Amino acid sequence: MSQEVQTIEKVSEPLFSKKNRKLLTDPLNDNNPITVQVLGICSALAITVQLKPAIVMSISVIAVLALGNVIVSLMRNFIPSRIRIIVQLVVVAALVILVDQVLKAFVYDVSKQLSVFVGLIITNCIVMGRLEAFALANTPWKSFLDGIGNGLGYAAILVAVAFFRELFGSGALFGYKIIPDSWYIANGGFYANNGMMLLPPMALITVGLIIWLQRAKNTKLIENA
Amino acid sequence: MQELLSLFVKSIFVENMIFAYFLGMCSYLAVSKKVETAVGLGAAVIFVLAVTVPLNQLLDRYVLQPGALAWMGADFAGVDLSFLSFIMFIAVVASVVQLVEMIVEKFAPALYGALGIFLPLIAVNCSILGAALFMQERQYNTAESVVYAVGSGVGWFLAIVAIAAIREKMRYSNVPAPLRGLGITFILTGLMGMAFMSFMGIKL
Repeated sequence: MSQEVQTIEKVSEPLFSKKNRKLLTDPLNDNNPITVQVLGICSALAITVQLKPAIVMSISVIAVLALGNVIVSLMRNFIPSRIRIIVQLVVVAALVILVDQVLKAFVYDVSKQLSVFVGLIITNCIVMGRLEAFALANTPWKSFLDGIGNGLGYAAILVAVAFFRELFGSGALFGYKIIPDSWYIANGGFYANNGMMLLPPMALITVGLIIWLQRAKNTKLIENA
Repeated sequence: MQELLSLFVKSIFVENMIFAYFLGMCSYLAVSKKVETAVGLGAAVIFVLAVTVPLNQLLDRYVLQPGALAWMGADFAGVDLSFLSFIMFIAVVASVVQLVEMIVEKFAPALYGALGIFLPLIAVNCSILGAALFMQERQYNTAESVVYAVGSGVGWFLAIVAIAAIREKMRYSNVPAPLRGLGITFILTGLMGMAFMSFMGIKL
């Protein structure tokens, strides 16, 4: 799953050494959580009809992922491996409750729109996957970077999908009209919104196309199926 | 009775866990290379859903809802524990999965051999927690939650078995190299979703 080689701790490694920077940039392309590791797709697709909820969701996931990674990494030497899944779930669930309460307090309308999907961050495979694969074996600072990096990789795909769906589906970005009114057929123009983009199946197809594009550029990711 | 039947059909086809809400996609994509394993995982999901959603419904009604603790005495009538629902639901799911695993291992070793590796995976399958949260949001009662749980489990089962069958056949077709594997699976799921959308708007 993860390709990071666990390095032996050096006493004086600079905070942003080459290896640490790689932790941050790798998940953006070569090791993207959605398109390469196939993690966290569940919640990624349902909330990408518009950009705003997609961005709120991304920020929530980045926060939960980074903090969860740090906390589990701090506790990694005290957790008995038999019950580690439950411990991780409790840590993540506590963080998600915090995020949920914050969203309800400050962006109530978006939180209503996200409905159950905030709660589903708990079972978002990215979070559990990174905790299992990385935080349990690495120091807090590295885990923090890994969390931020993977969160950003997730966010990149989410925002890209939401961008296309909102632009083509409702002719708007962040709720502001981009396509001029006079273009629409109703006003004597030639353009109509593609209602299909707003429906769930197009989210899947958009991700499929993004994967196609990414792998065409980055040929080492091609699967030999 | 008729309402329950229509809820059942609705949760299988119209509100299919995978095609309408994308829940449980991770294991759906990871375990759909062969029909046999897909059937195993699908059966396990139906079972776990049917046990955990009604349990969570009872938990929600008698512990978590605002004023739910009234049965403990007047002092508790004003307590609102609903902010704890995420952690309680996931705890119920994780412990039920653990329990089911132990019981199946003890009493039905053959079934355990077939389902064994999938059972622990199910604790983090989004469709289980998702069903519990939808149940809470839509305020189902106990009977409705049983029907809803089984229905959405069957819907998930159908979806994963269907995609596994298609992927087995896909091996003989010439897919463009960058699209092979994951990419084509996404697009296939999208097309299947479109087919399932034709159930939308059916009133029962």
